[in-house]
Amino acid sequence: MKINCDVNVHHLSRVEGHGNIKISIKDGQLRQATWEVVETPRFFEALLVGKKWDNAPWITGRICGICSIGHTLASIRAVENAFGILPTDQTKKLRLLLKHMETLQSHVLHLYFLAAPDFLNAGSVFPLIRSNPDVVARAAHLKKLANDICDCVGGRRMHPTRTVVGGFTMLPDKKELAGFRDRLSASVADLQATAELFSTFHIPDFSRETEFVSLKGAGDYPFIGGDLVSTDGVLKKESEYRQMTNEYMVEQSTSKWSRLSRQSFAVGALARVNNNFSFLHPAAQELSAGAGLTPVNHNPYMNNIAQLVECVHVVLDSIGLIEELLGSEWQEPRQPVTARAGTGVGAVEVPRGILYHSYDFDEAGHITKCDCIIPTSQNHANIQHDLTALASKFASEGIQDRNLELLAEMLVRSYDPCISCSVH
Amino acid sequence: MAGAAAEGKNFLGVPVYRPRVAFFELSSCEGCQLQLLNNEATLLDFLSLVEVVNFREGMSGGTDDYEIAFVEGSVTRSDEVERLKKIRANAKVLVAFGSCACFGGVNQLKNRFSPDWVKKEVYGDHPVETSPARPLEDFVTIDLRIFGCPVKKEEVEKIVAGIAIGTAIAYPKYPVCMECKANGNICLFDVGEPCLGPVTRAGCDSWCPNNRAGCWGCRGPADDINIEQMISIMDKHGFTKDTIMDRLECFGGFAAYAGQLRESLNAEDRG
Repeated sequence: MKINCDVNVHHLSRVEGHGNIKISIKDGQLRQATWEVVETPRFFEALLVGKKWDNAPWITGRICGICSIGHTLASIRAVENAFGILPTDQTKKLRLLLKHMETLQSHVLHLYFLAAPDFLNAGSVFPLIRSNPDVVARAAHLKKLANDICDCVGGRRMHPTRTVVGGFTMLPDKKELAGFRDRLSASVADLQATAELFSTFHIPDFSRETEFVSLKGAGDYPFIGGDLVSTDGVLKKESEYRQMTNEYMVEQSTSKWSRLSRQSFAVGALARVNNNFSFLHPAAQELSAGAGLTPVNHNPYMNNIAQLVECVHVVLDSIGLIEELLGSEWQEPRQPVTARAGTGVGAVEVPRGILYHSYDFDEAGHITKCDCIIPTSQNHANIQHDLTALASKFASEGIQDRNLELLAEMLVRSYDPCISCSVH
Repeated sequence: MAGAAAEGKNFLGVPVYRPRVAFFELSSCEGCQLQLLNNEATLLDFLSLVEVVNFREGMSGGTDDYEIAFVEGSVTRSDEVERLKKIRANAKVLVAFGSCACFGGVNQLKNRFSPDWVKKEVYGDHPVETSPARPLEDFVTIDLRIFGCPVKKEEVEKIVAGIAIGTAIAYPKYPVCMECKANGNICLFDVGEPCLGPVTRAGCDSWCPNNRAGCWGCRGPADDINIEQMISIMDKHGFTKDTIMDRLECFGGFAAYAGQLRESLNAEDRG
């Protein structure tokens, strides 16, 4: 049967930022499948020029409301690398704990509030408050736990206050940390219930082979700093990130795009799980395998499952981190900072993939050049090619407009795009 | 309009009207909207007080039939001016939601440079439309402002509850310093940390100084302030004019004062 199909989604909902989906199929032939990004640029890389180093984490954290902690940590790492500052073990552990809890709150927000309504035939989480109250309560409970720990360690869940170049302005209270360890242990049951819920969802059967890029684990599942690796065999140092991100401009997007070994690549939870499966906590590996996610998986909708797997990993790893922090005496929270001329790069695996910040400084520590490369901008080309492949598949198989629209929306949502971040 | 009395919600025996509320974002990080979802403990109570009819980040669908519009972000492109005017025409109450909407926020830092240089620095020769970042009030009448980067969710809930039950909205007239002292914090000046607490409008419960981070003035100036005195005190504590300048110009609330200070800095450079 020759089919005709038109999909036109203006300002896609349940994603961060502004993007449009356009698909047109005429007589069984795909005419157009476009992922447009129409977000307004805010020019962070320009507005930081001339600012002193201490402004960088404070201002660039404001690139994103969801992953402000990740931006702050990438920014701090870039400044510290430029000035030759090595964080203490205590600072590293606190930063990783904070990072883990951002990952948990962001993944839970995406899985329950943004993605799950599609699988439960709802337009948003709001009708689920009545139809599935236990599900909403569980989501709120998990997100609150993650955010409470962010408040405790970072001073504030969004646009954190205690995180500074050299360490922290203040340390958390050990009694509070012990309480959080217990709440984390208790939350494992909530994650099991989440896994059971997602096992009832029908993940669309669609695959397109692509290249997956993430930080490379070295003994641990990677989150802060280190080399990058790809499933096509690329390996680069943190400071060589530009040889991976290769940004370029396209007409259909105010965000830049990236490419590496092929026409596009993917970053994010699925890329991390694909590249670093063996470094996941054994319980997370078990859940992953049980949900049909083993490396290398090329179904973009499985990014939802990869996020779920990472939730389990970060919760169990955080319990261990808190134990270690409780088992040692507090050291000085903050090292002195001496500015110097030079360049520093900071890489952090934020919820949606690898984030890079890079700054050039003059001798007085003023920024002369700034570069921020956002995970979602690295994913845009891959989303576009997935969308083309998805629409082509159904152009020949036949589908109703509404069903194709839903599958296309779910595809984009699977990437959990942070669009205003990608344009910044 | 189809607003409804909240089921079972009463205030002093009177059924509480449940206003139809819409959220919109212009150039922003969307963090102020997220702050609402971030308040998990009271989110469900909050949702019983209002009917959310437009919230693209959280829900599909949407309508132009609403009473209160919360607009986050600053204006940086012509299509945003059009969107904002349409929202103004639809809304009974237009709320400037967060520092970007109230003052331009961190986005207005790009206004220090020429638009051409800014575009070239980020996009090279690729054409991109942008204009200086401006607060909402430069284009439409604003009924209410909620300050902060990010907004403090407790304050948002108090204000929205005030709109719902019809009480007057009042902002603290005094500065963050008052809250900081009441919270028993040591003065950050004494530990070498610059802070705009003496001049910034309170209402955040001295959020940053409680965490030993100096205030960057995200809520804009308090009612009666003495910037010159603060600068002279900061000078005595050894903070450079550059440092004070960075703080005063960060969120746009002190634009007039920052402009004066920059002129005096430039004059010193020339001198």
